Amino acid sequence: MAENHVSTTNACKMCTPLGSALAFRGIKGAMPFIHGSQGCATYMRRYIISHFREPVDIASSSLGEKHAVFGGAPNLKKGILNVNEKYKPELIGIASTCLTETIGDDLKLITTEFLREFSDLDLPHIVTVSTPSYQGTHLNGWKLTIKSLTEKFAGNPDSFHAAQTINIFPNLISPADIRHLKGIFREYNLKAMILPDISDTLDSPSWEEYTNIPPGGTSTEEIALSSKAKGSIELGFFNKGESAGEYLEKEFNVKNFPINTPMGLRGTDALLSSLEKISGIKTPDLLVNQRGRLIDSLVDGHKYLNGKKAIIFGDEDFVAGMVSFLAETGVKPVIAATGGKADLKNRLDEICADLCNPPLVLEDSDFDTIEKAASKLEPDLMIGNSKGYKIAKKLGIPLIRAGFPIHDRFGSQRVLHIGYSGALCLLDSIVNTILQTMQESTMVGYGYM
Amino acid sequence: MTLNILKERKDQVVERISGNEEIGCTRESLAGAVSQRACVFCGARVVLYPIADALHLIHGPIGCAAYTWDIRGALSSGPELHRLSFSTDLRERDIIFGGEKKLEAALDELIDTHSPKAAFVYSTCIVGIIGDDLNAVCKKMTDKKGIPVIPVQSEGFKGSKREGYYAACKAMFSLVGTKDKKDVSPVSVNILGDFNLAGEIWIIRDYLKKMGVETVANITGDGRIDDVRSCHKAALNLVQCSGATLDLAKMMKDKFKTPFERVSYLGIEDMAESLYMIADYFSDIDPEIVEKTANLVKSELEEIMPELKEIKEDLKGKKAAIYVGGAFKAFSLVKAFRRIGMKVVLVGSQTGTKEDYKELAEITDPGTVIVDDSNPSELSEFIVKKGVNIFVGGVKERPIAYKLGIAFCDHNHERKIALEGFAGMLNFAREVHTSVTSPVWKFHPARLKNISEKEPEVRCG
Repeated sequence: MAENHVSTTNACKMCTPLGSALAFRGIKGAMPFIHGSQGCATYMRRYIISHFREPVDIASSSLGEKHAVFGGAPNLKKGILNVNEKYKPELIGIASTCLTETIGDDLKLITTEFLREFSDLDLPHIVTVSTPSYQGTHLNGWKLTIKSLTEKFAGNPDSFHAAQTINIFPNLISPADIRHLKGIFREYNLKAMILPDISDTLDSPSWEEYTNIPPGGTSTEEIALSSKAKGSIELGFFNKGESAGEYLEKEFNVKNFPINTPMGLRGTDALLSSLEKISGIKTPDLLVNQRGRLIDSLVDGHKYLNGKKAIIFGDEDFVAGMVSFLAETGVKPVIAATGGKADLKNRLDEICADLCNPPLVLEDSDFDTIEKAASKLEPDLMIGNSKGYKIAKKLGIPLIRAGFPIHDRFGSQRVLHIGYSGALCLLDSIVNTILQTMQESTMVGYGYM
Repeated sequence: MTLNILKERKDQVVERISGNEEIGCTRESLAGAVSQRACVFCGARVVLYPIADALHLIHGPIGCAAYTWDIRGALSSGPELHRLSFSTDLRERDIIFGGEKKLEAALDELIDTHSPKAAFVYSTCIVGIIGDDLNAVCKKMTDKKGIPVIPVQSEGFKGSKREGYYAACKAMFSLVGTKDKKDVSPVSVNILGDFNLAGEIWIIRDYLKKMGVETVANITGDGRIDDVRSCHKAALNLVQCSGATLDLAKMMKDKFKTPFERVSYLGIEDMAESLYMIADYFSDIDPEIVEKTANLVKSELEEIMPELKEIKEDLKGKKAAIYVGGAFKAFSLVKAFRRIGMKVVLVGSQTGTKEDYKELAEITDPGTVIVDDSNPSELSEFIVKKGVNIFVGGVKERPIAYKLGIAFCDHNHERKIALEGFAGMLNFAREVHTSVTSPVWKFHPARLKNISEKEPEVRCG
């Protein structure tokens, strides 16, 4: 809801079950399933496909009028059976919707009943998450799903081997980011349990044969061993009782390291220092060199960036990560806006520290509010998802696309945000955008910039 | 050919043999089948969306508004209020205590801010469940604000897209006849069921103008509230699209005695046939109209035929699959593919009716698979089994084709290229050609696997 407004104009968020479906897409052999009317699943599919350019199948219980009156259980059960027959999944991940929560469908109860009723069949795992869209945003749906998966499988069945792994709970970062995380772990020679892992499932190579469920994703066996891991690193601060890492720490004594989305120098430092703490292994040379290259490039680019004013928007985790990075470059974050609700202001005060003044923080906000605030601040650029384009166009400033969703550019699934390498990509992109603006704003046609 | 289909969907897929096949349709989507359909809300939103000077307020939690924000390429020649996304963004306490007060306050502020000519208030799934009286709020706000505030009964679960069309038609119909318009020509039409994607309605309006036909209202594309209010003054309603606006035409026929004719602006045959039909209809009043129309068609065809012929050389013998929202579009596409020498081997729609599928069976070749309310796993299987070279569909169908190494033609509602009219036929052929003749397919593993399959050689570039 926008400040001083009753209604929302041009939302800067998506609904809770969408985040859940996305997270389930990162589980091996899993089929996301939305318990609600057919439109929810279809709209989400269309929205997600436009970003990733991949097939994204999400099943629906396709509720009709009689189900809204008498309960959606029969259709949910029928839907599970049909998905089981057609997709042969290893797991069905069911998220609820505003409709089914309001009519009082209890997912846990219905699915328990279902498993009993059809115990003679070869059935997949079933995981349920309560995600009414009137509570929270897509980011909450994503995190709640990770937590549900962890609660369901961690420590089950109890394993006696101590897994020499480290748990990573990413927030909504790109497939390229997840691949980069894996690369970092390879450098350390460490095993990672990344939950969820969308690196292949939402950015798959071309196939020889069509597969209903794309290969890749985190297996339930890996999640089971998360209770024996050496530690957990959780990306993003904002977990309101939705933290899988906290759950593992409480239940299984696996120490949790919540860190800001590892964007920029300090963000990546925090990731690597957590890794060092957990593993006792010193940061490998390759990463040390990447860090050095990032600092070198920050210096090379500083004059183009210092004092430039930016508007950052998206989910609260993305915003906190991006503000942290921009503060290091000299770009002044003037607005940090999110459709979510979190303790963003206090976090950003810490993040900006002695580097820059903290931005105006707009929480539970929409693009209408962002536009009004922006017009007074004469910003130089916007950084966030493609939904900011209307404002950027109106203000005549560039929009650097990052985060989710990006519906008007190519390669959204490959945008690298995290790590020193991600910071370098973003830096190149920001500096080049500024250079292009400078170059095109004069008639000279400068050949050197 | 054996196809792997869920038991309850078996009669919704047929292989055309005699042309008299019956197909199961107009039923609720099967749970767990991963239908490509959306919901009632979607149907209503799609039809009303292009009315550009109205406020479209979605009453519900944020999802429905977020996923339909600026989603369609329905262009406006003036105001662009339809391109903004308004939601009451209901929260938990609204669900508990009801959302009426919030809706009222939202209408109050949004109408003051944007001064729309009317407001459509869409109900979403939970509105009925929590018991909000949309009608009462709308009535109150109509009185208070002095503009029509119209409830659209579009709870997602209360049927499929079709029921949404009906809800939209009902909402529009409440406006028809509420405003007078003087000096309307007896040779005049309303354009219903065209959404002005990529400016297509402007192409059609231009044809009509050249024929001497006045367009009173292009209701669902580049639409305006005042035009809808006075559109009962037109002599004839032209209805395109599969039933999206047919109900409105029927309502107008009942109340205002406005006759309607069904038309299609896709492909050479259907476009020309539609224009000739309009000419015939008005030929008593304007005896010259038939000749004017013939000249128009002739000159338009002269423009496009040379290039179309060249394209046909490259494409002839290739096989196409069609999966679209409305079956009416599929009819035209079957003919359009024939025009460029291609054969349709798979055709389906989300919302076709018995009559629609009967017609599809009549116009397609033996062996064609006809499918109602299909899904990715069926489509991917059928496409491979039928040896398809190009797939036509929307955003959700595109990655299926690409993963299979098959060319794709975007015939969706976010398109930027006009596909209607004669120029649109050429654009369509170019679209198909561009994708089919790309060199990238030569590297695709799925294609390499089937390399032994005989395919007519394609000129690249």
